[in-house]
Amino acid sequence: MSIFKRRPLVVITGLVLALAAACSDPHPQSTFDTHGPVSASQANIFYIIMYAGLVVFIGVMALIIYAAIRYRRRYDDKDPEQIHGNNTLEIAWTVAPALLLVAVAVPSIQTLWNTTITPEPAAMTVRATGNQWWFEFEIEELGVVTANELHIPVGEVINFELESKDVIHSFWVPKLAGKVDMVPNNTNTTWLQADDVGEYFGQCAEFCGESHANMRFKVVAESREDFDAWVEAQLAESVAPADPLVQQGHDIFMSIEAGCWACHTIRGSANAFGQVGPDLTHFASRRHMAAGIMENNHENLVRWLTDPNDVKPGNVMSRDAAVYNDPDQALSEPQVAALAAYLRSLE
Amino acid sequence: MTSLSASMIKRPVHPVGVWGWMTTIDHKKIGILYGITAFINFLIGGVEAIIMRAQLSGSNADIVSPEVYNQLFTMHGTTMIFLAIMPLGAAFFNYLIPLQIGARDVAFPRLNAFSYWVFLAGTLMLHLSWFLGESPNAGWFAYAPLTSTAFNPGHGVDFWVVSLQVLGIASLAAAFNFIVTIINMRAPGMHMMRLPLFTWMTLITAILLVLAFPVITVALLELLFDRNYGMNFFFTAAGGDPVLWQHLFWVFGHPEVYILILPAMGIVSEILPTFSKKPLFGYSTVILAGVIIAFMGWLVWSHHMFTVGLGPIPNTVFTITTMAIAIPTGIKIFNWIFTIWKGSVEFRTPMLFAVGFIVTFTIGGISGVMHAMSASDAQQQDTYFVVAHFHYVLFGGAIMGIFGALYYWFPKYSGKMYNEGQGKTHFWLMFIGQNLTFFPMHFLGMDGMPRRIYTYGADMGWTEVNALQTAGAIVIVLSVLVFMKNFIQSWRSGKQAPGDPWDARTLEWSISSPPPEYNFEEIPIVQDRDDWWAQKRGLVPRVAPSEGSGDGHGIHMPQASFWPLVAAIGIFVGAWGVIYSVPVLIIGAGIMIFGVYAWSFEPVNDPEPTASGDAN
Repeated sequence: MSIFKRRPLVVITGLVLALAAACSDPHPQSTFDTHGPVSASQANIFYIIMYAGLVVFIGVMALIIYAAIRYRRRYDDKDPEQIHGNNTLEIAWTVAPALLLVAVAVPSIQTLWNTTITPEPAAMTVRATGNQWWFEFEIEELGVVTANELHIPVGEVINFELESKDVIHSFWVPKLAGKVDMVPNNTNTTWLQADDVGEYFGQCAEFCGESHANMRFKVVAESREDFDAWVEAQLAESVAPADPLVQQGHDIFMSIEAGCWACHTIRGSANAFGQVGPDLTHFASRRHMAAGIMENNHENLVRWLTDPNDVKPGNVMSRDAAVYNDPDQALSEPQVAALAAYLRSLE
Repeated sequence: MTSLSASMIKRPVHPVGVWGWMTTIDHKKIGILYGITAFINFLIGGVEAIIMRAQLSGSNADIVSPEVYNQLFTMHGTTMIFLAIMPLGAAFFNYLIPLQIGARDVAFPRLNAFSYWVFLAGTLMLHLSWFLGESPNAGWFAYAPLTSTAFNPGHGVDFWVVSLQVLGIASLAAAFNFIVTIINMRAPGMHMMRLPLFTWMTLITAILLVLAFPVITVALLELLFDRNYGMNFFFTAAGGDPVLWQHLFWVFGHPEVYILILPAMGIVSEILPTFSKKPLFGYSTVILAGVIIAFMGWLVWSHHMFTVGLGPIPNTVFTITTMAIAIPTGIKIFNWIFTIWKGSVEFRTPMLFAVGFIVTFTIGGISGVMHAMSASDAQQQDTYFVVAHFHYVLFGGAIMGIFGALYYWFPKYSGKMYNEGQGKTHFWLMFIGQNLTFFPMHFLGMDGMPRRIYTYGADMGWTEVNALQTAGAIVIVLSVLVFMKNFIQSWRSGKQAPGDPWDARTLEWSISSPPPEYNFEEIPIVQDRDDWWAQKRGLVPRVAPSEGSGDGHGIHMPQASFWPLVAAIGIFVGAWGVIYSVPVLIIGAGIMIFGVYAWSFEPVNDPEPTASGDAN
């Protein structure tokens, strides 16, 4: 007998352990692990309505289970009394849920307004632009333009203007704030604030085409000093190559044949002012590449430069650049290595 | 003209075999055609779902390419909504409405056949896009400007647009037909507040269809013109507004949700009283709640657009209206529970599905209220939390209700009894499977997994939960296989079913199983809301059967016709013309006009051939 009694305990313990193991994994986009006032107040509303819902659910289930057991047909059953309804009950289960809904609506709507309207004063305004499939961040007042990795000072209100160059995207950093869409021809605004130093994952949340899954970014929240240093570094122009391999890569980048310069900007260079792709002036300073989908290191960069379509299917570069859409003009292995060396030098 | 068309092709008289099915205008046969076609679509949509679940079962899986994955979720959604759930509801409208209201057929039998064939045309059109390598890939709500030719060359989106237009014609024709049937064809004494709940919900659904489909028709037409004729409603390159598409789509799309769920609510409201041996608790409140839900369904569309940036005022308004819809929904749930209360409850398979429906639909309803909070919805929108919510409503709600109906009325439409043990196995596998598949999606969504991504990294912490969901999906597949085995075997060689195997309450159970072609030997005179129950219990005087011969001789039923099929073929041909070539469009239109023209001049009944053989 006792073993039967113990068995459910064993099962439950096992489940709890499994759940605990799953929870100890990193969950870089968990909306429960909040690190800013916007996400925290949104999570707060979630908990309120979840517990209210849980109470309703338990009540309804208790009624169903009780009725299903208590009123099961027995062999000698006669027809039950033919009850057609009860007006008092009808009024009760109309009014009670309405009151519950009003109770949760009040904090919910307050939070809606607080999370939509930027509190004064904001430290800065970032213009975030969605592209298939990467994010551009421009802090106009500081003159900073970067891609897929935004640095912000911790503990300060950051304003956002959200735009799109092509289709609808959505700007979402789950640990800092809920999403707001990036709609072409419609500038949206939102705000967020990071309370803790750290690296926060962001991801496009509105389906935007073939590589929607590969459209991610990072928000790096750091102290005011670190942030100012980052801004200063971002403002610097690129320096002339010193190493011969880097020089070779630079020459390929700036060549008519490869034509990288036509779409990418490298400030401080002679001719790379392209506006189509991400600004690469400080490419090597970013921790991730190809819109936050992989670590920025030599192997990944070589893989990307060799066959970008394999990394991010359907991307504009592999479609439109001659070195990728024309096998006769493909980059050789040494060329890719040199190009990678050059890009990795752009600190 | 009559003689011209009649002399060109002879009208089928009592056709049999395949020809009999192709020319039938019997609402019961059309209902079965709808049911089988829609169930095959359900299986196709299920295969699409399983491929997606396989792709997501682990991180960085490489089973399908992103392009194919995007086509899969677009087609899965479109198939399940427009080709499976809606027509499965229509199958029961067709089969049951005349039986429930005491009529011999629908108001417009040939229009009914036309609806089915046009529905089949739209179905074929959409599925055939797979074989042309140009399946739609922009999601089932096809947000502009991703649908523009600049970002979506090829004909995939055109297939989606044209198929939905064709399906819209079928839905509208059917909806008008059922509105007229329910209003005009009721047996004497069957006044509106005696109509069975399923008939009531069908009426509300049909009215919603008539009001909602014109909106999507306009939106689709504008999209078609944007793509093919250089117009500019939605595409931003020359100043169009992509948000306009979202408004138009969801003004249609939210009532569409109720078009999907109201029939299931009607089904549950039939099953619960029968197996509790009690009338539906709060009959008029349940109807009123349905009407309010249908009306409120028009006031909530922007809750699909909380993150679009409409601003805090619209988001506040739509938060409140959306929350308010929970009230009539709750009323229904409580009335269902109190139908069981103090009843004599028997858990046959349909009853299990009906009670299972209440459980899963309640979960879907609660997560719906969670979405209504626009503040916290900013974290949930476009994540797996939404996917969890609408699968609880559409699978846990609509599909559970439809399976309940497939069992409940199985004796009626097949004339056989299904296997109870296998039915219960099906229920439990499906109930467990869907909760395993869809419940963890709530956690995934709150853990930041967006919907519509074909891959995710191992570092995201989503792998185990996704694997669990894929396992749940396999359990659902097993349950459907059990159903199909039971269904096919029982229909072929099940025990003969009596007219009223459940001791049920409504008129369809007062006639034999399956019903004769003419349904009722004599049109019943209805004296009570649950008339058949009242007759059986002697609560109302039983109307004595007439002196009829018992073989239906002398009852005039409308004759079969092939013109609805011809008109539908014209639409099918013309639809390809819209995509590929204008001359084909003209040919298709010609066939359709000819079909409609000949149909218009065809009498309901050609005079029976006389001994001399002169029909005219």
